[in-house]
Amino acid sequence: MDWDALLISLILGLATAAILIPLAIIIARWLAWHRFTGRHIAQAVIALPLILPPTVLGFYLLMLLGRESWLGQVYEGVAGRTLVFSFEGILIASVIFNIPFAIQPIQRSFESISHSIREAAWCCGLSGWQTFTRIELPLAWPGIVAAAILTIAHTLGEFGVILMVGGSIAGETRTIAIAIYDRVQAFDNQSAAIMSAVLLLGSFLAITLIYMLTERAGKHHAG
Amino acid sequence: MPAEGVKVRLQQDTIIPLHVAFDCQPGDILVIVGPSGSGKSTTLRTISGLYTPQHGRVSSNTTPWLDTDARINLPVQQRKTGMVFQHYALFPHLTALENIMIALRNDKINKTQRARQLLELINMQGLEGRLPGQLSGGQQQRIALARALAREPDVLLLDEPFSAIDQQTRRKLVRELLQLHQQIPTPLIHVTHNLNEARRIADRLCILHHGHTLQLDTPDAIMSRPHNSKVARLIGHDNIHDGLVEQHDHERQITRLHWQGMTLEAAYRPEMAAGAPCRWVIPTESVILHRQDRPSRGERENPVHGKITELVRLGESTSIKMLTEQGAAIYLNVPSHVARRNRLAEEALVAVSLLSEAIHMMPPESESSA
Repeated sequence: MDWDALLISLILGLATAAILIPLAIIIARWLAWHRFTGRHIAQAVIALPLILPPTVLGFYLLMLLGRESWLGQVYEGVAGRTLVFSFEGILIASVIFNIPFAIQPIQRSFESISHSIREAAWCCGLSGWQTFTRIELPLAWPGIVAAAILTIAHTLGEFGVILMVGGSIAGETRTIAIAIYDRVQAFDNQSAAIMSAVLLLGSFLAITLIYMLTERAGKHHAG
Repeated sequence: MPAEGVKVRLQQDTIIPLHVAFDCQPGDILVIVGPSGSGKSTTLRTISGLYTPQHGRVSSNTTPWLDTDARINLPVQQRKTGMVFQHYALFPHLTALENIMIALRNDKINKTQRARQLLELINMQGLEGRLPGQLSGGQQQRIALARALAREPDVLLLDEPFSAIDQQTRRKLVRELLQLHQQIPTPLIHVTHNLNEARRIADRLCILHHGHTLQLDTPDAIMSRPHNSKVARLIGHDNIHDGLVEQHDHERQITRLHWQGMTLEAAYRPEMAAGAPCRWVIPTESVILHRQDRPSRGERENPVHGKITELVRLGESTSIKMLTEQGAAIYLNVPSHVARRNRLAEEALVAVSLLSEAIHMMPPESESSA
């Protein structure tokens, strides 16, 4: 069992969720309640990572973050090391490939809040911010938690993009999914089996939790 | 500050036209009634600040809430309105008590106690811990009302609050609302498309059609003296006819009306020019059937003869359509036992009296639709 790899995966998952979920709440809320030209295009861009082969996404991320890129050069100038093959590099990649997993559940939960509920909140004297924190967020909460769980679980399982952007540097970019691949390559099936079982169990628990939350949210909205 | 109630003047010529003017004093229940799309809800939303028309003034006790000329437009939160939404819009994640507490103003010291008092006022004590999803439609409506009252509003706005409630509960809730309004005489503006409900509740009715106030008066006045045939149709008058103003009898205080070769005596309307065309209405309950076995009282009052062409028994009451000899339709209702005793049936020849006091003359169609 490669504990370092599990730890990197967990930190990566949590950091991705911490960065992405607040952004996703803002974007999802906007998408749920505003009709604007180009809305379909915006939604399609957000959903792209769902269907794009990880190698294609990985390739473009390499172009975006590599030493030749503007971002890569700025980072190297400031940090003194490359953005690709670093934890920060795979974190940026992870944030990008998790966009649909974070935004879509939150968008659905904001969409299920009827406009008259928000109007009722204003009529009760609540300001826009109070309406957001006391009415909208609690009602969208199951979607937000589901988005966070999906993001973390999906990060634990992501392989292709991480491998292309981060390689397999122990203690830096080697996540548990990559460690499993390494172990199989080295004919160490026992370690691979243990780590696979950990991922399997984790994914199963995550999905079960999401279903539980969705059902609870459904009961709320039925009222 | 003197309690003057709410004044509303709205002007808009867009896809949602609004030409609305009314006042609602403390203790007053004003019911805005009209078909779907007549601008009822938009009017209510304008008062609460959820909608801003092109031109308009809304003020409460001389405080302007909206004055488009003076560029005043207070946000929803600063207008002291209590709104009950059509489907209540209770906060589904908050209990009944919390739904009320959230609307209490921050300067309230003991919010829980005040919220409990409001629950008591609407007979909902014991259900404070329930979520809206665990309450019946009627209970949700009561919580929505208590939440609206929690703001200590200058005006209560009710948007079709009984539309999703069964007939029996509706009657009970209407009674409770009227009792509550006697205790808390906040001006109350109620919107509905249900004319019966409107008549039961209203001190004054505002008939709205395509965004225009067609008539604003007491329910009795509107039912017996509609301004024009559009109002007459909207409030469900079946007997609307065209005639000519014949002459005014100043001594007897009646106006004579020429209709289908007959002269009818009608309610005195000296302001209508003799010889001019007019429309007239008579409520179905003022069309009196003559008994066949013996002469009835008042038989000489505007007698009209005809043949029954439709007869529908609706429980206690029977609805009848008769065609006069000249082919005009007159609608009337009789108690079902009277219909049976008089052996009324389709094709039967009958006579009726049109009560002269109930015949109300109006301008002809072209003028009234202006």
